[in-house]
Amino acid sequence: MAEARDYRAIGTRPVRPDGVDKVTGRANFGADMNLPNMIHGKVLRSPHAHARIKSIDGSRALEMPGVYAVISGADFPSGAEGEISGEGGGTVSDLAMNIMARDKALYHGHAVAAVAAKTAFLAETALELIDVEYEVLPPVLDVDVAMEPGATLVDENQHTRGNESAGPSNIAAITKFERGDPEAGFAEADVVVEGDYRVPTAHQGYIEPHACTATLDEQGRATVWCCTQGHFDVRSMTAGVLGKSVGEIKVIPSEIGGGFGGKTVIYLEPLAVKLSELTGRPVKMVMSREEVFRATGPTSASHCKIKVGAKRDGTITAATAWMAYEAGAYPGAPVGPGCMSVFAPYDLENFRIEGFDVLVNKPKAAAYRAPGAPQSMHAMESAMDELARRIGMDPIDLRLKNCADEGTQAPYGPVYPPIGIRKCLEAAKVHPNYTTPKAEGTGRGIAAGFWFNIGMQSSAEVRLSEDGTVTVMEGSPDIGGSRASMCLMAAETLGVPYDVVRAHIGDTESTGFCNVTGGSRTTFATGLAVVQACEDIIAECKKRAAATWDIDADQVDWTEGEAIPKPGVNIDVQPLSLADIAGSMGRTGGPILGRASLNAQGAGAGFSVNFADVNVDQETGKVDILSFTAIQDAGTAIHPSYVEGQMQGGAVQGLGWALNEEYIYDDNGVMENAGFLDYRVPVASDMPMIDTQIIEVPNPSHPYGVRGVGETPIVAPLAVTSNAVSDALGFRISDLPLSPPRVLAAIDAHEED
Amino acid sequence: MEAYAYARPTTLDEAVSLLAAHAKEGRRTQLLAGGTDVLVQMRSVDREPRTLVDVKHIADTNRLDISSDPVFIGSAIPSAILNENEELKSLFPGLIEAADLIGSTQIQGRATIGGNLCNSSPAGDTIPAIIAASGVCVIAGSGGTRRVACEDFLTGVGTNVLEADELLVGLEFPRPQGRTADGYLRFIPRTEMDIAVAGAGVALTLDDDGTCTAARVAIGAVAPTALLVPAAADALIGTKVDDEALSAAGAACTAASSPITDKRGTIEYRNKVVAVLCRRAGANARDRALAR
Ligand SMILES: Cc1cc2nc3c(=O)[nH]c(=O)nc-3n(C[C@H](O)[C@H](O)[C@H](O)COP(=O)(O)OP(=O)(O)OC[C@H]3O[C@@H](n4cnc5c(N)ncnc54)[C@H](O)[C@@H]3O)c2cc1C
Repeated sequence: MAEARDYRAIGTRPVRPDGVDKVTGRANFGADMNLPNMIHGKVLRSPHAHARIKSIDGSRALEMPGVYAVISGADFPSGAEGEISGEGGGTVSDLAMNIMARDKALYHGHAVAAVAAKTAFLAETALELIDVEYEVLPPVLDVDVAMEPGATLVDENQHTRGNESAGPSNIAAITKFERGDPEAGFAEADVVVEGDYRVPTAHQGYIEPHACTATLDEQGRATVWCCTQGHFDVRSMTAGVLGKSVGEIKVIPSEIGGGFGGKTVIYLEPLAVKLSELTGRPVKMVMSREEVFRATGPTSASHCKIKVGAKRDGTITAATAWMAYEAGAYPGAPVGPGCMSVFAPYDLENFRIEGFDVLVNKPKAAAYRAPGAPQSMHAMESAMDELARRIGMDPIDLRLKNCADEGTQAPYGPVYPPIGIRKCLEAAKVHPNYTTPKAEGTGRGIAAGFWFNIGMQSSAEVRLSEDGTVTVMEGSPDIGGSRASMCLMAAETLGVPYDVVRAHIGDTESTGFCNVTGGSRTTFATGLAVVQACEDIIAECKKRAAATWDIDADQVDWTEGEAIPKPGVNIDVQPLSLADIAGSMGRTGGPILGRASLNAQGAGAGFSVNFADVNVDQETGKVDILSFTAIQDAGTAIHPSYVEGQMQGGAVQGLGWALNEEYIYDDNGVMENAGFLDYRVPVASDMPMIDTQIIEVPNPSHPYGVRGVGETPIVAPLAVTSNAVSDALGFRISDLPLSPPRVLAAIDAHEED
Repeated sequence: MEAYAYARPTTLDEAVSLLAAHAKEGRRTQLLAGGTDVLVQMRSVDREPRTLVDVKHIADTNRLDISSDPVFIGSAIPSAILNENEELKSLFPGLIEAADLIGSTQIQGRATIGGNLCNSSPAGDTIPAIIAASGVCVIAGSGGTRRVACEDFLTGVGTNVLEADELLVGLEFPRPQGRTADGYLRFIPRTEMDIAVAGAGVALTLDDDGTCTAARVAIGAVAPTALLVPAAADALIGTKVDDEALSAAGAACTAASSPITDKRGTIEYRNKVVAVLCRRAGANARDRALAR
């Protein structure tokens, strides 16, 4: 359906509609909602990584003037049932307990109580007067330790799914899949490489902390303003935790200051609603940065083992992957997608993949850009680099030799439709940054990246105003410029200029259901709904034109934004533009609007190839990224600047994770670097300009060929950095981050050998 | 509950009597220069109410004497003013290098080197550079004015010799003569907006044939306070400040450090890196002195 075509609007780079208001500070974010009589909620958090809560007494806090309410786990219904909709999954019960601990606090920072008071400062002071009696338990803090038989149990009632008879375990689930005969494959190999790789916990690092304001009307129906990637999912999660119907809750999304997956789940909303219910006042809750680090979802630390065997010519004969991911305190590490993505770029006959979802006394993992893929693909793409070295082959050639194509059965099951990995590899091979030799003393590394992308449910409504301007109403919070893309697709479909289209993100009662902005689905799935809704408008416009001209609607064509009689229809009339039809719609049948709702299929996998040159200061261990090139298949780039922005932003997040980002815990499970000073995301001057090249292999499941582009970019940079640093040093450091102390220690250890 | 208060004395006497009066009544005060430490701390670690006493509206703290000997830098002068002053830059390239590392352009519009010193963090970037450049603290108090060498000013992590009724008026530096120059380097894992894992300041005087006749080496972030390392200076004096001498000076810095292992670096790492920084900062100071 979608081959490369000439477009009028698609592929242009207009300014995003939300840009100027964000730059000037006019835009409203999560913490910007204020209401009359509003009070402030704050959360009391566990000072222990693992402790039984023996009692909670809020009476001293309640005596303080200006304190209105104190709540704890006992104020919430127990035994919530059901699964969470949306991207990450999990149960409502785990979500409820993560938001407010019940019998046990399972990580340092776990919410154990909350208070509402006149000011935020008073609320914080009141927290100190809540008396909690704990029985402190030893924490289990490391994935390998947690998997050992006899390890301290995070949850005595946790069993390995499918193996309940074996008794309680920190291993919540095991994923396994296999094809062919890996042992026979290894026997055929000329070269076998094996490696052991660790990736630390990393936070999404969105600039805007979680924030919400909740109020109840006289009938007890709640309205919640919040920053989120998906307000419909906030509604269902909040309802689930509170034991309410979704019909009793309305959620209004604000502008969002970053999410990267971390705002697909909730932490504050049910607490704010509960506090508002108890006090009869609007309640605002805003997290501090420290709370964001201690209590909101990072992504999993991981331990991966990879073994790859190949012939001298580079043909891979077998590969195995073993991976264990830290889930945090509740099941749900992204180890499933880690397993599914680890070999995704390759056409393999023999492989085995095993993954473990492991509980530890740390915050519950949440989605982070391509959840699970950076960890496992860091391991595989590092192993591929070793393999290329061992057989003396260019690392791009090695990947081309084993590259998956249209028709290849993906390691995770389906047969690939058209995909772009080969084109990305070929583009890398001839890219000037790759054909230029690296500078003396520096290192170069390349790696491939992948993400599935998802479809899921979206709705859109497109409304025509009387002057021909167009309003697109949809329900996908805009975290990466999606409103601009919606406007472009609407403009393209209707044949009108970009400027006459305005996209709006409706609240849960103003627009149809949309799943979260996540899984790189919005431009694909919500975009599809927008296109279909525009087609609805076109159909109606043709009817109105036909009625005006007194011909049949199927005798009318829609081209370049105008209704014209089909060729061969013998009638002497002027074309009717969208604005003409809009101007007379009151007389021709009333307002015109189009709508579409769907569960989108065929999201179209996104592949990338990245490479970088680095310098390593051999005396301090500091790694400088000298250049970085990101090449990625975008299907069709609706707004190329925002596709490039995704590629650059993802690259920087991946590089940050590779270089310095990590959670540093003390022996008691207390995070020592809960702030941006010591949780080191890169600053602008750390990074070179990220060069981008967009490859377009249109996705046949979308009218304009869109594939998701938001998540793939973070995947490859981890292994790119490892491979480049290894190239510079002449030996491999398998574990991340490649922080100066780790690199210098490795250099010293290597010299001693 | 006591509230925050703000005072804006316009003379040293007024400032000192205000400090003394508050001290006598047991009321808390805190001096305020650029506020880039004070405001951050007030919003995070220590929110207890206090009276902020602004030092920026006093003539003496705003004095900048560059052509005199000693050179005087008032404690209210933001580092942006210092960093943009060509004469200062050429007199004390190392000190200005250090001042220019603090924060960002925005931060430097407020931050003072006096505030950096009085905050007395072990990792304060300008402190080793001030010590290397022989900085002397000019202190005003109820008893009059006193002078304390910068290396004797610091007493521990976040503490110094200032009494409750005293404030720093400014810093005096002997005017560099002949082939004298300084250099400062710190190590951070990023390129900016970070806290030194280790730092080293070196000031050198060379004679006509390039032999070092005087040297001061100071290190930061590797002990409870920034330290003057006389052994490192001794390793340089009498040499051409060649690789061998610089290595010996680096080794002396390692020997003088007593770092801790924390989220910012291990003991081993800091011990190694402080030597590297001493060597590199020493080479910079040497090259600058040779160019004079
Ligand atoms: C984003 C950011 C980045 C930073 N980066 C760096 C960095 O790279 N390196 C670094 O070393 N620091 C850094 N800092 C810390 C800070 O900016 C410096 O320490 C700065 O020099 C402090 O100067 P100030 O004038 O703002 O001091 P203030 O905050 O006003 O005061 C600091 C301390 O000194 C006391 N004080 C101030 N003036 C006097 C006086 N005249 N007499 C007696 N006591 C006084 C105050 O009471 C306070 O205790 C950074 C801070 C921020 C916010």
